[in-house]
Amino acid sequence: MQLWLIPILPLAGFLINGLFGRRFSKGLVNAFAIGSVVLAFLWVLKTLFGLGGLTAAYTEHYFTWIQSGALSVGCDFSVDRLTAVMLLVVTGIGSLIHIYAIGYMAHEGGYYRFFAYLNLFMFFMLTLVLAANYLVLFVGWEGVGLCSYLLIGFYFDKKIATDAGNKAFIVNRIGDFGFSLAMFLIFRQFGSFDFAHVFAQAPAAPVGLLTLIGILLMFGACGKSAQIPLYVWLPDAMAGPTPVSALIHAATMVTAGVYMTARSWVIYTHAPIAMDVIAYIGIATAFVAATIGLAQNDIKKVFAYSTVSQLGYMFVGVGCGAFSAGIYHLMTHAFFKALLFLGAGAVIHSLSGEQDMRQMGGLRAKIPWTFGVMLCASLAIAGFPFTSGFFSKDAILLAADHRAPWLYWVGVFTAGMTAFYVFRAFFMTFFGKYRGKEHPHESPPVMLIPLVILAGLSLVGGYLFKIPDFLRPVFPAVEAPEAFGPMAVASAAGLLGIALAYLMYVYRPGIPDSIASGAKGLYTLVYNKYFVDEIYDAAVVKPLVGGSRVVLWKGFDAGLIDGTVNGIGARAKGIGGVLRLAQSGNTRSYATWIAFGGVLVIFGMAAMIVLGGLR
Amino acid sequence: MNLLLLVLLLPAAGFLIALALPRSSPASSRYWALAISLVTFLASLALLGWFDRSVAGDQLTVDLLWISSPEIRFHIAADGVSLWLVLLSTFLTPICVLISWNHIQSRVKEFYAFLLLLEVGLVGVFLAQDLFLFYVFWEVSLVPMYFLIGIWGHERRIYAAVKFFLYTMAGSVLMLAAIIYLYNRAGTFGYAAILDQLASGRLAFTAFEQMLLFLAFFVAFAIKVPLFPLHTWLPDAHVEAPTAGSVMLASVMLKMGTFGILHYALPLFPAAARRCAPWIAVLAIIGIIYGALVAMVQPNMKKLVAYSSVSHLGFVVLGIFSFTQIGLDGAVYQMLNHGITTGALFALVGLMYDRRHSLAIEDYGGVATAAPWLSTVFLITTLASIGLPLLNNFVGEFLVLQGAALANFKWAIWAALGVILSACYMLWMYQRVFYGELKDAVRSHMPDLNLREWAVVVPLIAMMVWMGVYSKSFLDPVGKTTARVLEQTQVNVPYRVDLRGPASTEVSRAR
Repeated sequence: MQLWLIPILPLAGFLINGLFGRRFSKGLVNAFAIGSVVLAFLWVLKTLFGLGGLTAAYTEHYFTWIQSGALSVGCDFSVDRLTAVMLLVVTGIGSLIHIYAIGYMAHEGGYYRFFAYLNLFMFFMLTLVLAANYLVLFVGWEGVGLCSYLLIGFYFDKKIATDAGNKAFIVNRIGDFGFSLAMFLIFRQFGSFDFAHVFAQAPAAPVGLLTLIGILLMFGACGKSAQIPLYVWLPDAMAGPTPVSALIHAATMVTAGVYMTARSWVIYTHAPIAMDVIAYIGIATAFVAATIGLAQNDIKKVFAYSTVSQLGYMFVGVGCGAFSAGIYHLMTHAFFKALLFLGAGAVIHSLSGEQDMRQMGGLRAKIPWTFGVMLCASLAIAGFPFTSGFFSKDAILLAADHRAPWLYWVGVFTAGMTAFYVFRAFFMTFFGKYRGKEHPHESPPVMLIPLVILAGLSLVGGYLFKIPDFLRPVFPAVEAPEAFGPMAVASAAGLLGIALAYLMYVYRPGIPDSIASGAKGLYTLVYNKYFVDEIYDAAVVKPLVGGSRVVLWKGFDAGLIDGTVNGIGARAKGIGGVLRLAQSGNTRSYATWIAFGGVLVIFGMAAMIVLGGLR
Repeated sequence: MNLLLLVLLLPAAGFLIALALPRSSPASSRYWALAISLVTFLASLALLGWFDRSVAGDQLTVDLLWISSPEIRFHIAADGVSLWLVLLSTFLTPICVLISWNHIQSRVKEFYAFLLLLEVGLVGVFLAQDLFLFYVFWEVSLVPMYFLIGIWGHERRIYAAVKFFLYTMAGSVLMLAAIIYLYNRAGTFGYAAILDQLASGRLAFTAFEQMLLFLAFFVAFAIKVPLFPLHTWLPDAHVEAPTAGSVMLASVMLKMGTFGILHYALPLFPAAARRCAPWIAVLAIIGIIYGALVAMVQPNMKKLVAYSSVSHLGFVVLGIFSFTQIGLDGAVYQMLNHGITTGALFALVGLMYDRRHSLAIEDYGGVATAAPWLSTVFLITTLASIGLPLLNNFVGEFLVLQGAALANFKWAIWAALGVILSACYMLWMYQRVFYGELKDAVRSHMPDLNLREWAVVVPLIAMMVWMGVYSKSFLDPVGKTTARVLEQTQVNVPYRVDLRGPASTEVSRAR
């Protein structure tokens, strides 16, 4: 089926625009950048139709990438129903965001560079989801991290942007540390990285080892999918252009951790402790990030913490064994969170770069289309009945209820908070009086059309694409029965959050300030994100850098070792001999002797060879 | 004529002719060096055609009597490891000629003559099959490097050159003593003959003897590698050396040490090597982490890259002393990768120095705005250096770590920390040099790459991608040779090692 074409198309777009884009017109850059991604999307559709029911995985082998002793890693791609979902989300949403970016980036410098990076990202992301073994998955995994780094630091003359890029790369590297160790253990145990091979043998492997592998894999996923303790890079990543936040840091890349853990479900179902850890980390992240989201004033920061929180939900789904629910939420989240970011981008675009919601307000009448689509997205993430978020979040919460009621209740409470902070942002942006100075203008059609499509998907996508049914052949059955009670409670929590936000930000706008001044300590703590960055900096970064400089370099390297060596040299000077010659600067003559010796040796050898040849 | 001989004789002849060229015309020296190094490279490429990949043993042998008493033979041959190291040397020499084109303005003739002599020494070291001949080449390569640093280096060049010389000599003397001892016991300098005697049991060492001999060889090699804590000559030598000197030093000369360990220390003294393996692995891991941490706080770009070499070479040593096929393959691959990637880093830092006349990180900033292509090439090299998949270093690091994980999982845990740290120091440097606002002092001094410089970087980048994407081209012959080394290390070893792979014994130990 030529699966390789799917990632190669964007790669070609990257190479063409990367090498020659500087000389291209914008139209030509668009043609290669958007054309390659749309073609990839079409090729995905053609492939999936061609493959039919896809009840079993379809695999293609291209070449052997690494071969050493018993280790053999092929460049293999594979498609099953899980991959199919991911392929459609990545290329579908990716195409829409690429189109949107034409309008958003129209007035930015480095236009071709932006699209080249975006295409490179598509290549790596598609490699990630198509991979048939852990190592090829890791190629995509690291590659999307690279593109994330490049695009976060897209405005590379701003230190805040490049700092955020470095932070993203390094924090992800810390996660990859766990991922790599997991792979080493996998090879030790199974002698292969191939999914088919590993998962066939996993049930027979010792539980302790599987638990260790599962937790290490999850640690890698915590980096990529921004979970506690490694979530700190994602909020900073908003320094990149907004289409990047939508594509990479909301819809696709950050869900790679969820995909990878769901892909490894065989390992997890045989390692219940590892699954519990995932569920706990997920629920903690969902809760903590939601609380931070309550107090942010930067519109992109609100949605960034919201992404962290929603990824936590997906982890809860995976951790409760409801893998398909996790993927379901992954997909709907891609719809509404991409839309939230792109909508926020349209707002920012219309205000010439303003991101502070305190400088917004009353935009409802000024940019009605943006207002409309943002309403759809906000309803979906709040889990308003029969929107896409409603279905997927309920699927997760039902599974959580089945696993442990307290998981469910924390999840419901977090859902309430989610609805509250999203609508807080919504009301602050679109309701009340306009507080800014710029003159808002509606976005061009090239931006609005993708928004409208995503708005449609946010509303009805959950109903149209019943992912749990589609993925039934891939994952083990979830026993959680449909239950009306828990579903109603969860929806009620969302509605309550919306109502509260309306009360506080539209009906009686004075309430938030009085709360902030009333609970000053708590507010400061939340507003400053629990000071986690500051703690990491003081506990890890500063000691490491300072210790390396003072103790290792100046103290040990230059002081102790070099001091000893030079001391020996100085002592030998008194004793005499060759060392003295060397130290007193006469080494040159000594070395000249060796040089001449060497020359003579070469002459001698040459003579021997010539003579030998003659003989 | 034998092709190996040609690869060795071409630069030797080039060296002699370079000496005869007129001092008054530096251009003639440059063009001569470029021509002869390119011809040498082409000849070495032809080696690939003649080299039989399905054979594990030595090939393309030339064996001539050199000195009859004591019997010293001019015996050279290539195997699946030395083949690539020879190619690495011949590949990088023309590149070094090109990067020195404008950089070297004084004593041009001598400079290129020494560069060619250096090539002779390096190629000879990898090909020699007679211990005495090996020692001769080992010393021959030392001398031109000493002069490259001492004459064409920066301010503290004399200190650095002397330090380099003394460190290496200290090790060489030990090795020479061990070689003579070996000769007295075996009655020959022939390496294959000595291995034969060992395999058949005609030559056997007591445990104590073997340990001393092993250490004598190992220390000489470890200084060259350099293994922590014997590394302090390296940063000084690199910082003071001219660009070409740094490139050849990092890319090829350091590999003399790791090649020596793999090719001589392990097969000759397997029991001692295995006994020392845990200690050496720990030193290698300390080097990985320590080199990375110290690299992180360097204010000087060259010194940063130099310390990163300590870290990278730690991976090579760890791979070798994992005593697994995967680890050994990874170690050899990492030798080549480091040669390409760090060579490229030094070359690029040299290009920056040619422009801005400074190596201090703080003197830069915003280079990406002024010289986008230079920045892009530097970024790709940086990414290769920090082990991004699809670029070369990843394959090597991955194999080394996997090999280490099979041997002792704790090693892999600690060594993998180095992978995190490499991203820290490289990206931080990249940010400070290339990103940020463009300073005026940088703007006026930062033209983008010219044609000659493109000719330097394109082959290097191409190799990074090729080696990262299709490692099979390189790993096949390597695997044959490392498998033979592993077999040799089973001789006279009191305990058996499972050759079937990771699945059984090593896994059970892991649990």
